[in-house]
Amino acid sequence: MTNSITGPIQNRFSETSLVFTTVDNVVNWARKSSLWPMTFGLACCAIEMMATGASRYDWDRFGMIPRGTPRQSDLMIVAGTVTLKMATRVKRLFEQMPEPKYVISMGSCSNNGGPYWKHGYHVLKGVDEVVPVDVYVPGCPPRPEALLYGVMKLQERIQEDHVLRRRAASTGSLAGASMAIEAIK
Amino acid sequence: MDAQGLHDLLAGKFGERVSAFQADALQPWSVVAPEAIAEVAAFAKADPALAFDNLMCLGAVDYPAIKESVPRMELVYHLYSYTHRHLHVLKVMLPREGASVPSVESVWGVANWHEREVFDMFGIGFTGHSDLRRILLPDDWEGHPLRKDWVDPEFYTGMHVRPTAQMAERFQAGEKIGIGPFDFTPFNAHVDE
Repeated sequence: MTNSITGPIQNRFSETSLVFTTVDNVVNWARKSSLWPMTFGLACCAIEMMATGASRYDWDRFGMIPRGTPRQSDLMIVAGTVTLKMATRVKRLFEQMPEPKYVISMGSCSNNGGPYWKHGYHVLKGVDEVVPVDVYVPGCPPRPEALLYGVMKLQERIQEDHVLRRRAASTGSLAGASMAIEAIK
Repeated sequence: MDAQGLHDLLAGKFGERVSAFQADALQPWSVVAPEAIAEVAAFAKADPALAFDNLMCLGAVDYPAIKESVPRMELVYHLYSYTHRHLHVLKVMLPREGASVPSVESVWGVANWHEREVFDMFGIGFTGHSDLRRILLPDDWEGHPLRKDWVDPEFYTGMHVRPTAQMAERFQAGEKIGIGPFDFTPFNAHVDE
């Protein structure tokens, strides 16, 4: 039979066949190909995030479907200024997400407080004070291309992950910051 | 009616309690005695010649002691009349500590949120307000951050308010661009040594 590479994928495997791969490969591929972000925007970065989701940039291409609840979400894109008042809510939303869960910090405010670094009595100096951040996207706000690049970076990291193997505790970005989390109810 | 006429009408009715007209300003203003502001507001809205049916803005300004100036708080009321299309500004001078004025919420309902914001940011009280509590900051916030003597606390519910040297180092080291150093293995939130 003809084996057209342009036809539907099932045509290529129409005869009984075997594919060998690793569990890591398959699971990671599945995870990175359906990163469902939480519908969740805090400030002007959220406008760029919406643009990224809309037809021109279309993050549906990555299998990203915004979910209205943290219970169904894999990815939290912290898009905007995290005020101290909101930080407690961000923390709670993150805790409500099921594992595995990922966080993209989008924009300067979310990365480190941005313009509120010095003169912002009300702004958290980086969302990594309350949740572990996987990818930081710089910009004020980042363009949709930048956010998509951040998503692709996250996909790279997910593809490198080991699904069934536990790693030692991280000494990474949360080492100094996570202590603050304990006090947040 | 021009600003002078508006002021004269108010001053004619309230005498000493509406004083110090400033005409040489982009938006001319009259100074109103603190205890009279609610009465003046009610009159400004009800009087057919004034008919200030809209409170455009209610804000406060903190003037700490600079050189010889007298430290004070100012409340600023921007009034507008859709009937006559004229505008006037009322100012109330207050002491910086423990100030309180009658609420104008019963005159213009919009003052409810404006007065809550002034209370939130400056700590000025409004007697007769139906629901005077913080509007923007969390309920358990301490202090009023738009006062000039405000100093950031070190923590709010365990979160740093002032940036620490460690944060600055991480930022300058470029850790906060691209992939973070955090090991995001799905189980790591629950890893026990």
